[in-house]
Amino acid sequence: MSDRPAEAPVGPEPDAARHEHRVHLLNEMLRIRRFEERCVELYSREEIRGFLHLGIGEEACAVGVMEALTPEDAVVATYREHGHALARGLSMRETMAELQGKMEGCSRGRGGSMHLFDATRRFFGGNAIVAGGLPLAVGLALADHLQGRQRVTACFFGDGAVAEGEFHEAMNLAALWHLPVLFCCENNLYAMGTALRYTESETDLSLKASSYRIPSWEVDGMDVDAVEETARDAARAVREGGGPHFVEMRTYRFRSHSMYDPDRYRDKAEIAQWREKDPLTTLTARLSAEGLGDADVARLEAQVAAEVDDAVAFAEAGTDEPVEELERFVTSERTSERTAP
Amino acid sequence: MTVITYREALRQAIREALLRDERTFVMGEDVGHYGGSYAVTLGLLEEFGPERIRDTPLSESGFVGAGIGAALGGMRPIVEVMTVNFSLLALDQIMNNAASLLYMSGGQLNVPLVIRMATGAGRQVGAQHSHSLEGWLAHIPGLRLLAPATIEDARLMLWPALEDPDPVLIFEHAMLYNTEGELDDQPTAVDIESATVRRAGDDVTLVAYGGTLRTALDAATQLTQQGISAEVVDLRCLRPLDTPTILASVARTHRAVVVDEAWRSGSLSAEVAARVTESAFYDLDAPVARVCSNEVPMPYAKHLEDEVMPQAADVVNAVREMGA
Repeated sequence: MSDRPAEAPVGPEPDAARHEHRVHLLNEMLRIRRFEERCVELYSREEIRGFLHLGIGEEACAVGVMEALTPEDAVVATYREHGHALARGLSMRETMAELQGKMEGCSRGRGGSMHLFDATRRFFGGNAIVAGGLPLAVGLALADHLQGRQRVTACFFGDGAVAEGEFHEAMNLAALWHLPVLFCCENNLYAMGTALRYTESETDLSLKASSYRIPSWEVDGMDVDAVEETARDAARAVREGGGPHFVEMRTYRFRSHSMYDPDRYRDKAEIAQWREKDPLTTLTARLSAEGLGDADVARLEAQVAAEVDDAVAFAEAGTDEPVEELERFVTSERTSERTAP
Repeated sequence: MTVITYREALRQAIREALLRDERTFVMGEDVGHYGGSYAVTLGLLEEFGPERIRDTPLSESGFVGAGIGAALGGMRPIVEVMTVNFSLLALDQIMNNAASLLYMSGGQLNVPLVIRMATGAGRQVGAQHSHSLEGWLAHIPGLRLLAPATIEDARLMLWPALEDPDPVLIFEHAMLYNTEGELDDQPTAVDIESATVRRAGDDVTLVAYGGTLRTALDAATQLTQQGISAEVVDLRCLRPLDTPTILASVARTHRAVVVDEAWRSGSLSAEVAARVTESAFYDLDAPVARVCSNEVPMPYAKHLEDEVMPQAADVVNAVREMGA
């Protein structure tokens, strides 16, 4: 890590509270994992269609970073964002209903897997153009800056985004204007099916941020404790007026890029190696050492399974938007008061 | 009445918006220290400071996207893209975010953003700086496109555009900046929905917008000398198109010529012609005609550029060929 603020992170919580907090982290990751596993089943039953990009293996990134944010902060995510949506507080019900194209979905069934939105939680999607969300994050942060609000905009993107011009434009703008953006790079080593080493002359991504004078941090993206700690430190620095910060999370998706991807480009041994770093397994082991019993884990699993079942039932009972409403929201319905200049 | 230039009218509109609404700010290349590449924002940096008159790097996608984000965050940005030619570098943000976010989010996220840009040819600046791409952008649902062709519209379209909860693109034809005209000292409001009849006539409807309004009006004057009374409709709003005003005129004149500086194929002129044919076919005494630019990258040499662009004489010829 470079440019880490000298001050210590928040003091140690009492052991019990700290333990409880980490059980909460485990629960959040478990919710995402089981939700997405159910998505696979629903996809094969054709109840979810279109593109479906799963973040199984990457849960620690979304969960760890969200812990560092307040409800007033903003989140911009990518097309692999089920985990980010759930960790941000979107209900499993509205998320699953969206994946099933129902009107009760968080985007009214208009968005689907790649376009989850929730204005009330300041969750700005759900962007399926690689790096397309970065300039938006800069603008959200600019709005906060201009209105004197001490908010953070967290912007998630993958390693593939660093090849796009918009990445560099956004880095430069955020640094130039000293804007409160927390750039969260989920480096899972592959831009769709092509390894970073085949596409980047410099594969150390934090160096790219450093070249814009943005303090950059590297963290094990498979370790939720580490992600949370780093994200809290970085978010605090951003919130306190330190300008943009860049966190690179080294992570891995256990499944293919999307449901269409035959995954020919990754060595099975490599996948197996990363599976040993499964963030859920790692945290469960740590918590077990602190006294979390098998019965406790089983209880969490049962709660999550019930929540997933409930979400699926909710989605399946959901309604199709009437086709008469097809053209609603192409433009706004609110009528603004027009005044003469 | 005061005589001012199109450029001054635009500047007054921006200044008024900045004074009226603290959420408004200007962002773009050379808008501050340089004073705007067409000098529209000259003096505003000194008056409003660098927070509200923000010079940007040459990052069209980046700062247009930032404008969208700022709009989502509660601001009312006026983003200047130096010319429509450079807007291609921001097309992803314009289409996939500005125009799509409201729909994709099921009605949750509106983008109250204004993007201004210069457009058009006529100054011998060659193939990469002479485009008229309004028709491309008019293809995109979710956007409102405005083409102020008069001093009054240059002065008055910005405020309702800023009040629009959705993204509005304003196209300023580069040949208009130096034009002068009278402006009411107590400007009233204009709408940003309707086309308007700029000159009444009985024998043929000339449909024009932006830079071609002057061409159409000149043609109408020449046609008068030949005993032909031409009506001139200024589209003003290129998306959504005010089809009823066009059709009402054609219903009176029974002939229509569309004058468009863009290339003919797949252009806004094609859309207008199609709508007239679809909805006013039985009102027509002759097929709809179009006067557009030749389909070549714009050449530098003056005589060739003149040849490419629609001229009043071309419009007169088109009308005569219809047998008006």
